[in-house]
Amino acid sequence: MTGIEAHVQQPYKYGFVTDIESEVVPAGLNEDVIRLISAKKGEPEWMLDWRLKAYRNWLKMSEPHWPNVKYGPIDYQAISYYAAPKQRPKLDSLDQVDPKLIQTFEKLGIPIEEQKRLTGVAVDAVFDSVSVATTFQAELAKYGVIFMPISQAIREHADLVQQYLGTVVPTNDNFFAALNSAVFTDGSFVYVPKGVRCPLELSTYFRINASSTGQFERTLIIADEGSYVSYLEGCSAPMRDENQLHAAVVELVALDNAQIKYSTIQNWYPGDEEGKGGIYNFVTKRGKCAGRNSKISWTQVETGSAITWKYPGCILQGDNSIGEFYSVAVTSHRQQADTGTKMIHLGKNTRSTIVSKGISAGRGQNTYRGLVKIMKGAEGARNYSQCDSMLIGDKCGAHTFPYIDVRNSTAIMEHEASTSKIGEDQIFYLRQRGLSAEDAVSMIVNGFCKEVFKELPMEFAVEATRLLGISLEGSVG
Amino acid sequence: MAKDRALLEVKGLRVAVAGNEILKGVDLTIRDGEVHAIMGPNGSGKSTLAQVLAGHPAYEVLGGSATYDGKDLLDLDPEERAREGVFLAFQYPVEIRGITNSYFLRSALNAIRRTKGEPELDPLDFLQVLERKLKTIGWDDAMMNRPVNEGFSGGEKKRNEILQLAVLEPRLAILDETDSGLDIDALKTVAQAVNQLRGPNRSFLIVTHYQRLLNYIKPDVVHVLADGRIVKTGGPELALELEAKGYDWLRDGAMVS
Repeated sequence: MTGIEAHVQQPYKYGFVTDIESEVVPAGLNEDVIRLISAKKGEPEWMLDWRLKAYRNWLKMSEPHWPNVKYGPIDYQAISYYAAPKQRPKLDSLDQVDPKLIQTFEKLGIPIEEQKRLTGVAVDAVFDSVSVATTFQAELAKYGVIFMPISQAIREHADLVQQYLGTVVPTNDNFFAALNSAVFTDGSFVYVPKGVRCPLELSTYFRINASSTGQFERTLIIADEGSYVSYLEGCSAPMRDENQLHAAVVELVALDNAQIKYSTIQNWYPGDEEGKGGIYNFVTKRGKCAGRNSKISWTQVETGSAITWKYPGCILQGDNSIGEFYSVAVTSHRQQADTGTKMIHLGKNTRSTIVSKGISAGRGQNTYRGLVKIMKGAEGARNYSQCDSMLIGDKCGAHTFPYIDVRNSTAIMEHEASTSKIGEDQIFYLRQRGLSAEDAVSMIVNGFCKEVFKELPMEFAVEATRLLGISLEGSVG
Repeated sequence: MAKDRALLEVKGLRVAVAGNEILKGVDLTIRDGEVHAIMGPNGSGKSTLAQVLAGHPAYEVLGGSATYDGKDLLDLDPEERAREGVFLAFQYPVEIRGITNSYFLRSALNAIRRTKGEPELDPLDFLQVLERKLKTIGWDDAMMNRPVNEGFSGGEKKRNEILQLAVLEPRLAILDETDSGLDIDALKTVAQAVNQLRGPNRSFLIVTHYQRLLNYIKPDVVHVLADGRIVKTGGPELALELEAKGYDWLRDGAMVS
């Protein structure tokens, strides 16, 4: 396929660096660094103790090497664990935010200034280790919805944070979750009170800017009984020759009859076509359907990162609870992704749906890894899994590892899988009808991803379609 | 005098696939409104001719020329040819998941309309155009909201090609073995639609192995392709002669000449 390989050359559009004076803690990790981070965030004693406990656990753990990805050793002492743009310590209004930061987010398509705000979407903008602005906080407060940086929530809503932090992803869950628990800096905290349907889409935009740093954000979302919230995260980073570590933890808790819809558009810098640079995206995301009839739905569109290692999952504890996972993962150039989900069925009549679409182009390697576990008490549980892979060109790879563990004979499991290849004949067919080669690829890929895109909030479905077009632009000629 | 102008003029066309020369010097002239049939045994190069005229990248032109409407056809990208009015009804139409026939067809039509400087059609306008076309060929819209060719039977796929032809209104329609895999009823349905689409501003190049399609679509000219060359050209009666005698007598003739 001569033309197909020729094109995998689309420059990353968000690779600029913001020239801003930053305060960066010297590289290295030890208890003093953790104390320093905790002090900078003005945290109470219990939080510091929690971090130190996680750190001591982490020291005893080792980096997981079971994922189907390859990378050199990470020197955890060479990373700086805290970087923040220098500004006044406490911001009362957006007027006090450095204009460079506002411009940065504007350039990324995330306007945070009052007059330019996205309608219907509240945004928490996180730059390196700190949240620089959270829009619509006051409006949301009228409904009792708390939406703020987690560092602020630790100070202002300690009871809620203490009650739920680490209950879905324990500090010793895995190597990267333990590391995150020790050093996490910012991220978002959301609490939706009983019976409230959150009136806005909530979203957090994560931007890595400083070099030789990692980003370790922590997000905690609690949907109280009968509430509903839709949350979206986006992310990007400058183009750098070095690999940067991003190890986040996201915890969701849905109580009785509550619903959380969590969407991700992940566009971290993927590295260049030779595989130099790019983000290591090692993330633990898990939701707990703690209450009866609760529902958690994960939708992810993953186009960035040099290496992705993430399995957003659901613990279906409440009877009749529902877990969903819809994923599009794209690997181009030399990107590697090992991603999928875990659905743990505990409650009766729990249901889960998994729809995974992997697209590999260039020399990309795409792995779906999923676990469906039906526990003894999960009478009448059901799972439907569908894993589709698409290959563009002949130097990329697609792999599928579905794990199924059923301990209750009433369970009903369905699994479908397919692999297809965009070939010259398919492209030629569309071109013969008058479509350009780019439009042809875009149409084929969008059709392939349709079942996932329709799950995204309207405002972001268009963005996802566009992003996919950019990521694959030139994959086929 | 439109009838006398050559819409397509192919001269000495030589084409290779994966290094094997398949077409060894094809000459062919099609005027506006004419229906030409290309017949020939398997492996004679019929489908290669259809594919190379449409611009499939796997076919390498070794020599010769193809002029379409005064332009060097071989110099145009496949999509440019399509927008200029060259349409290929595929022998093996591909499937496109998740994209409805109606969306696909509207995108294609709009790409062609943009080239002509005509305004694009929104879904409602398109629906009207579509309904008019369906009426012309006497079909219903049952296929329109299904994903392109996905789960279609062989006959449905071929019908879908003809429906696209109807909507995109090409000046030169190339039908590559559209009759293969069709039962007699489906064959008649397709042939009737094609007859409805004939007109002074639309020429056809019908590639077929068997004469039976030509019972329903009467060609103006019949060519016989053997071993990469057109070895005989005649009127509709030539097709009947082939049906009676097979291809061998021509192949021998080709070797003698």
